[in-house]
Amino acid sequence: MFDPLKPVSPGRRTALGILFFVVFFVLWGAVTFGGIVPPLFLADPLKAAKSGIELFTQYNFHADIAITIWRVLGGFVIAAVFAVPLGILMGAFKSVEAFFEPFISFARYLPASAFIPLLILWAGVGEAQKLSVIIIGSFFQIVLMVAVIVGGSRLDLVEASKTLGAKRAGIVLRVLLPGATPQIAETLRLVLGWAWTYVIVAELIGAQSGIGHMIMDSQRLLDTGQMIFGIFIIGLIGLISDYLFKQANQRLYPWYFIK
Amino acid sequence: MSKLRIENVSRVFPGVRGGEPTRALEPTTLSVEDNDFITILGPSGCGKSTLLRIVAGLDQPTTGSVQLDGAVVREPGPDRGMVFQSYTLFPWLTVRQNICFGLREKGIADRQQAEIADHFINQVNLRGFENHFPKQLSGGMQQRTALARALANDPKIMLLDEPFGALDNQTRALMQELLLGIWEQHKKTVLFVTHDIDEAIFMANRVLVMTARPGKVKCDIAIDLPHPRHYTVKTTPEFAAYKARLTEEIRVESIRAAQAEH
Repeated sequence: MFDPLKPVSPGRRTALGILFFVVFFVLWGAVTFGGIVPPLFLADPLKAAKSGIELFTQYNFHADIAITIWRVLGGFVIAAVFAVPLGILMGAFKSVEAFFEPFISFARYLPASAFIPLLILWAGVGEAQKLSVIIIGSFFQIVLMVAVIVGGSRLDLVEASKTLGAKRAGIVLRVLLPGATPQIAETLRLVLGWAWTYVIVAELIGAQSGIGHMIMDSQRLLDTGQMIFGIFIIGLIGLISDYLFKQANQRLYPWYFIK
Repeated sequence: MSKLRIENVSRVFPGVRGGEPTRALEPTTLSVEDNDFITILGPSGCGKSTLLRIVAGLDQPTTGSVQLDGAVVREPGPDRGMVFQSYTLFPWLTVRQNICFGLREKGIADRQQAEIADHFINQVNLRGFENHFPKQLSGGMQQRTALARALANDPKIMLLDEPFGALDNQTRALMQELLLGIWEQHKKTVLFVTHDIDEAIFMANRVLVMTARPGKVKCDIAIDLPHPRHYTVKTTPEFAAYKARLTEEIRVESIRAAQAEH
């Protein structure tokens, strides 16, 4: 069972994964029902589930979920559409990299959340501001990671393509790009996860809708059940989107997943 | 006029971090005639791969020049097909798509690409594996695909850099027969780098022996064995005589190379 790097069967993998959730809920139930933590600070699992049902039946929570998903995807797609091509150019052409890399490495460390007050000043509290937070948070990360992936392309394949008659455009479009695509897709999956963090932060401040806004509202009412349910939903959506992304990658790039 | 002229070509690699520059290849002059199958035999590190890379245009000579059909080689091009020792198939393309890569870069119509690919898939016995990805193939099959991929471009000369070096002995022997059969049929001009003496004699009409680093051509031996060559030629007295001579030539260089490392 504890042989290093020994693969585990799919059935056991699923069972172990579910087991942790069971352990998690049992511990949560134990500390709340057992009175170790007062309900003011942490609602018990049943209370959280009840709050969840209320949220959907009385507070139109699905609209909040929809708007949050829309913001995440919108900001993420806009960032990716510009960041991926720039990253590819930086990875392929060292002079492009030399031009952009220092600034982007600097910009990457600017925390997206610190821009929120400025962005409210510039763009108000509307959708543009929410999208901007996600774009700032995702764009620079994607650029740098894609540049590293493309820059690490196999030189022997580039040389082989040259002996087969490939010129500059052919090398970039038909050697570097297809070789890097699966890893770029993995990077996007990772950054999409981070985008979820940014959207919630953006919604905690100056928002009238969204999961983050609901969590902020619940805090005013000290409703820890609703807060926990909101956080739980974010995790669940993350899990689902991650799964879909993974499945799509395996479908689109079967060659990459051949053992 | 010679097919390929290598004139006074040398290569010195600059020293790393203030170290001494490395003389990989001493000035080398060589004429390759049309339909020649030349094997270049030498101990490891003798610059034979460097010479081939310069002919391919993947490396630039420090002195001298390479001319193919009278035109100076400056960069890699599809007129010089290359097969590398490492597996360099594009992993995202199937066998068929790999073979069509060069044709696609040339802008050849899809239907014609398919015809050419079919022809070479048959030639290297890969029928039934056209839609496999490289990772699903054995090493021998990958190198056969690489060979087909280079041949599909109809290059003026084939450059092979120890293409069978990573294969087991039995597979290697079969690959040699396959390549020789293709050469006997198409009469391509071939430059083939190897450190395997049997391989060098079996396929070549000329064997060049290179000295240990810094490499230069030590001797140029014509192999006068009849065609078509059958694998049984390897056990004939004539073959053994060539082998005895080349073994002596290469042994001296291997000892020099080993001593140079100490």
